[in-house]
Amino acid sequence: MSVHRISCLLALLFATVLSFATTLPSRAGTFEDAVALFANDSFSDTEDAVNALAGSGNPLAYPVISALQDDRLVADPATKKVYVKQADGTVLDAGTGAVVTTDVSGLDAVRLNNRLRRTVAAAVSSLTLLSPDLAKRTAAAQSVFKTHDAGDLPAIENALQKETNPTAKQAFAAARAAILLFQPDASEASKLEAIAAIKARGDQEALALLSELPPDTPPNVLHAAQGAIGAIQSRLAVWSAAQNAWYGVSLGSVLLLAAIGLAITFGVMGVINMAHGEMVMLGAYVTFVVQELIRTRYPALFDYSLLIAVPLAFAVAGLIGILIERSIIRFLYGRPLETLLATWGISLVLQQAVRTMFGPTNREVGNPSWMSGAFEIGQLTITYNRLWIVCFTLAVFVILLAMLRYTSLGLEMRAVTQNRRMAAAMGIATSRVDALTFGLGSGIAGIAGVALSQIDNVSPNLGQSYIIDSFMVVVFGGVGNLWGTLVGALTLGIANKFLEPVAGAVLGKIAILVLIILFIQKRPRGLFALRGRSVEA
Amino acid sequence: MGFLLTRSLDKSATAFLLVVAAVGIALPLLNLLLPESSAFQVPTYLISLFGKYLCYAILALSIDLIWGYCGILSLGHGAFFALGGYAMGMYLMRQIGGRGVYGNPLLPDFMVFLNYKALPWYWHGFDMFWFAALMVVLVPGILAFSFGWLAFRSRVTGVYLSIITQAMTYALLLAFFRNDFGFGGNNGLTDFKDILGFNVQSPATRAVLFALSCAALMVAFLLCRAVVSSKLGKVLIAVRDAESRTRFLGYRVESYKLFVFTLSACMAGVAGALYVPQVGIINPSEFAPGNSIEAVIWVAVGGRGTLIGAVIGAIVVNYAKTVFTSGVLAPYWLFMLGALFILVTLLLPRGIVGTVQSWWEPRRPNAITEAEASAESEDGVAAPKPAE
Repeated sequence: MSVHRISCLLALLFATVLSFATTLPSRAGTFEDAVALFANDSFSDTEDAVNALAGSGNPLAYPVISALQDDRLVADPATKKVYVKQADGTVLDAGTGAVVTTDVSGLDAVRLNNRLRRTVAAAVSSLTLLSPDLAKRTAAAQSVFKTHDAGDLPAIENALQKETNPTAKQAFAAARAAILLFQPDASEASKLEAIAAIKARGDQEALALLSELPPDTPPNVLHAAQGAIGAIQSRLAVWSAAQNAWYGVSLGSVLLLAAIGLAITFGVMGVINMAHGEMVMLGAYVTFVVQELIRTRYPALFDYSLLIAVPLAFAVAGLIGILIERSIIRFLYGRPLETLLATWGISLVLQQAVRTMFGPTNREVGNPSWMSGAFEIGQLTITYNRLWIVCFTLAVFVILLAMLRYTSLGLEMRAVTQNRRMAAAMGIATSRVDALTFGLGSGIAGIAGVALSQIDNVSPNLGQSYIIDSFMVVVFGGVGNLWGTLVGALTLGIANKFLEPVAGAVLGKIAILVLIILFIQKRPRGLFALRGRSVEA
Repeated sequence: MGFLLTRSLDKSATAFLLVVAAVGIALPLLNLLLPESSAFQVPTYLISLFGKYLCYAILALSIDLIWGYCGILSLGHGAFFALGGYAMGMYLMRQIGGRGVYGNPLLPDFMVFLNYKALPWYWHGFDMFWFAALMVVLVPGILAFSFGWLAFRSRVTGVYLSIITQAMTYALLLAFFRNDFGFGGNNGLTDFKDILGFNVQSPATRAVLFALSCAALMVAFLLCRAVVSSKLGKVLIAVRDAESRTRFLGYRVESYKLFVFTLSACMAGVAGALYVPQVGIINPSEFAPGNSIEAVIWVAVGGRGTLIGAVIGAIVVNYAKTVFTSGVLAPYWLFMLGALFILVTLLLPRGIVGTVQSWWEPRRPNAITEAEASAESEDGVAAPKPAE
């Protein structure tokens, strides 16, 4: 019989406490009374207290309940006082929020069981829905959207009414819609409305939610959900295509940066510079050295390190380029195949020199603050370093284009590209143009290295990984026209990124190489070939 | 046939063949017959090492045939070498049979490891030596034929051709690195047990492989001599020196190029097939573009367009590489190799043999320089040409 008696007693107790709890709001000092319930060391009292606090609207409710969740809420059974232990070691009176000096080290935390933990978690989420911090509110709405627990509906509706921020309001509306959609007793009209609201969200989570609708949902609603799924999927497909296109543009700009100097030297001099990749590597190492100096001497300048590195890299790589041209390449004019071998030798020497000086391992090059982080447009994530590299590449491209068009060196370079002997006959010092062109191409490779140091490992092998791709860009785009290089680089970049999800990264790359080899058959001199009357060119 | 032989053998070629034959007979005998205590005993490691160099020499010959005589600079010949090597490696893998670590009688170890259920279709037949030997020649040959057919027909020449051959070997490198390509991924094929029933590790097999490499080198050399000293060879040289002019004279330049390119690829495949049992492994790094360029420099060092020079260059450069990379000078090897590339092209454009020849025959240089000058203007894109 004792079991029966105990259950009777429990029921009685429950009833009393319930009536006590429901009458609480009408009394003066109710918040403190509710908090005092925690000191009773009874699970049901604790539950009532949590519910009372959650509905109180008192700003202290959140710290108290989250303290309860983290076992930081202690109660003194003797004085019926409840305290919050804060992370910084201070102690608050849970009823008033005042800082107190009471020693709480001997007190036990208010105990929880599993059922209570769920109640507490729901209370915390409903309280965070009202948090003054916008990010917290939307995150809470997001978690309600995922769980779509019917118990959260009142809290959501309450929050929706109070909300003024449009983003958060949308998040709340979507969360409310998610709950309604999964509530068996909600009306069909409200469910249809809910589907529209979820469709407006239109992301992967909305898709997941709509596809897990229970089978007993009314057919009309199911039908609408199917429609919404289709709409969301096609929108997501557009976004993912946009994301791929962005990755492609980003890769293409990297390729353009690496290849554009190569295209100039090849166009003007007919020389394939196999050491071009090593010029890129030198640029990256210049960045490393500049950053090292800044780190040790002038840490405040770190954000400007790249701005300092760009002209330095251009100068270093450009001067080395001119040196190479004057000491080796000029003796090999008219022998492009031998030049290819000699420049390969140069690349081996440069690589090994850097390996000897800086070691074979990757060196650390940091991102300045304005290049770290990312932002989102719709479903599109764009990192700042990629964005800056795209802008930087375009700037380099435009400057180079203007230089070729409006400076006398550019004019001479174009003349030599089109017809070397005629240009020489017109009084252009072709060997000077050659040296400057080689310096310019190498210098651009150097500043490409500055950009690449932001997204790739700075190691002696950095150049090697770009050289074949750069060749492909030049071969594909054709020489003698920078637009060809631009189109070639962007096409290859975008094609690569669109093939990657289908075929995988390596197979995609192989496919691109095979396609270029086939393309060469159709246009042996690339997309934008210079047309002359000579048999060979 | 006899006529062909006599025509292709001048004095230096005969001397060269005799030397190779003597080495091919003497070294294995000195290795096998003499006791290890003898001062004249040739250690087995040297036999393997020089066997490897002989394979490189055949590869260099194949490059010299197309570059020295037809002006085609292939930066992807390592791909044909490696394909021949893989064909032989597949045969050797199948010979392991049930003796592998996993003891699977049909599947090589790496396939068991990668959860292959059955042998991929392209592995069938490689348990028979004649089939593998056929593939050693056919696979590189077919690849070279289709690649060359596409490239030469649309007149891809000069550096463009060099670049796309490099892209070809790079694409193969990427492909062979993949595990699901069915060739052992980045580990490649190794742990070979025996070849035609003989243990690949035993000194006798190694000596025989060495002798076979010598024989293959002789055959390859004779073949190259036969080609370059025939009328066909004269057309090839004409293509090298003035491609357009040859075309205007009515020769189908692309057919000549295609023939010699395919032949050269087959030779490279044979070289690779002899290489694999002697070094005991074949992996995708053989496809690395750097390897192919290095092979070109052997030819340049020895002397482009001399055949004998290619063989000498391959052996000299590789011996130097072995000596330097195993000693205290190892970190400086790349400096030396780089310098070799630069200095040979700048100061020794005719290579060792070409330079020596020009000392012996003081009249020849002019002829060669003229031919070279015209070759230069042909494969150059915007090179200055003499007024005509």
